[in-house]
Amino acid sequence: MTADFDTAEPYRLNPAVALRPESFGALAYHFGNRRLTFLKAPELVELVRDLGRHPTAGAALTHVPEERREACRRALASLAATDMIIPWRGGTGVQP
Amino acid sequence: MTTQAERVPALVEQFKGGLAAPICLTWEWTYACNLSCAHCLSSSGRRDPLELSTAEMKSVIDELQRMQVFYVNVGGGEPTVRPDFWELLDYAVAHQVGVKFSTNGLRLTPDRARRLAATDYVDVQISLDGATREVNDAVRGRGSYDMAMRAMENLAAAGFGEFKISVVMTRQNVSQLDDFAAIADRFGAQLRITRLRPSGRGADVWDELHPTDAQQRELYTWLVAHGDRVLTGDSFFHLNALGSQPIPGLNLCGAGRVVCLIDPVGDVYACPFAIHDAFKAGNVRAAGGFQDVWQHSDLFADLRRPSTGGACASCSAYDVCQGGCMAAKFFTGLPLDGPDPECVKGHGAAALTAVDPTATPRPSGDHSHRTVSLGMPAVRTARPDRLCDESPLAGMAGTAGTAATTGTTSTTDGEGERS
Repeated sequence: MTADFDTAEPYRLNPAVALRPESFGALAYHFGNRRLTFLKAPELVELVRDLGRHPTAGAALTHVPEERREACRRALASLAATDMIIPWRGGTGVQP
Repeated sequence: MTTQAERVPALVEQFKGGLAAPICLTWEWTYACNLSCAHCLSSSGRRDPLELSTAEMKSVIDELQRMQVFYVNVGGGEPTVRPDFWELLDYAVAHQVGVKFSTNGLRLTPDRARRLAATDYVDVQISLDGATREVNDAVRGRGSYDMAMRAMENLAAAGFGEFKISVVMTRQNVSQLDDFAAIADRFGAQLRITRLRPSGRGADVWDELHPTDAQQRELYTWLVAHGDRVLTGDSFFHLNALGSQPIPGLNLCGAGRVVCLIDPVGDVYACPFAIHDAFKAGNVRAAGGFQDVWQHSDLFADLRRPSTGGACASCSAYDVCQGGCMAAKFFTGLPLDGPDPECVKGHGAAALTAVDPTATPRPSGDHSHRTVSLGMPAVRTARPDRLCDESPLAGMAGTAGTAATTGTTSTTDGEGERS
């Protein structure tokens, strides 16, 4: 499940993952692999939560201020590597 | 694993202020136990008549689901002696509260192991305190080594996957660390090691069983070398002062911040090692339930305030050891803002010489098996089988609940920050 993260592809939050709001951002729990991940900025939480609404991960990243975009891209890549976010092949870019 | 979008305070700093809900919640389901381990941190043995009913247990599970407590560490006593154990396990899993339960193996028959292997969100932790029968049974009682081994064989044969083997480190078994790792490898299990605390009956044996200074160093060195394959929770952060390389795991005291305990009668304590009125934050039976205790109790608010380090503040190691374990200090009679009794700089040992050993705090409750003058356990020979029976074997003749669905795997499960 560690396909390379590609910003030209659509991604979404894995349906097996729940986000619990915390003061620093959120705690993400993957019910499948039981991994806990800490999203340490509210901005990243928003990005991850709304990822599926964008046609590509790159398009979602354009909503992040430029100076923090690269850090967020790296965060998404690490979330993709742990199956927290998954390629979204629906193609419409619209999450049902 | 940590995902960092930009410069923010270290996660450990965030944790100190507490979370919206615990991430490492220990929930003891009964004080009843078939064993009488010498170091039992909850002084278990006999069921408490006030233990939460099945309906009350389910209502707590409902609340944990609402609070998004994604999994709980279930213990006891021996949790599987509750007649409703399997029913509650299934209920929790069905309500998105995963369960990792600790057991001495009593009920892990081949059939039960197969059903567990087919249940998602369930993990099993077998307690074993010696890599040999001799060392294990000296602490956990005769027959307990064979019982644990049988349970592990059953889990492995059922294809359960990576269950946990949980070891309390003592003076008798530090030298067996490699042997424990080999046992874990043999069963495809993961080793978890924790610290012996002077809590519950542990207070009675702490002096003779807690690791020596040399063994603490051995343990630290072993963890630095092998820690990535071993779970430790927040057990050993006090050892970090032994070197420049921090050991893997959660390096702070999580009590009341990310950790807490719900005991069998619903009392909420700051951590599993602190069953004493001084660390009791409330009870889940109260109007606001568990959530109100977690979020609003005075005790937990206090634990989440920044601490100054007290007598330890001037120590060069304070940043890494954080003053050590609150419960270990408390039950050895040391002040909470001073050194840990196992302080690797020797400050704890020095402080202990000033403590009156007869005046140390005792646990609030003792559910130990009563013994008669000949040292025989007061176990009934008849077979009463009522719900209120205090025998831990009550209900054993009954059939257990059902388990379903597909395979299981595991990784972190509340064993602290992995970055």
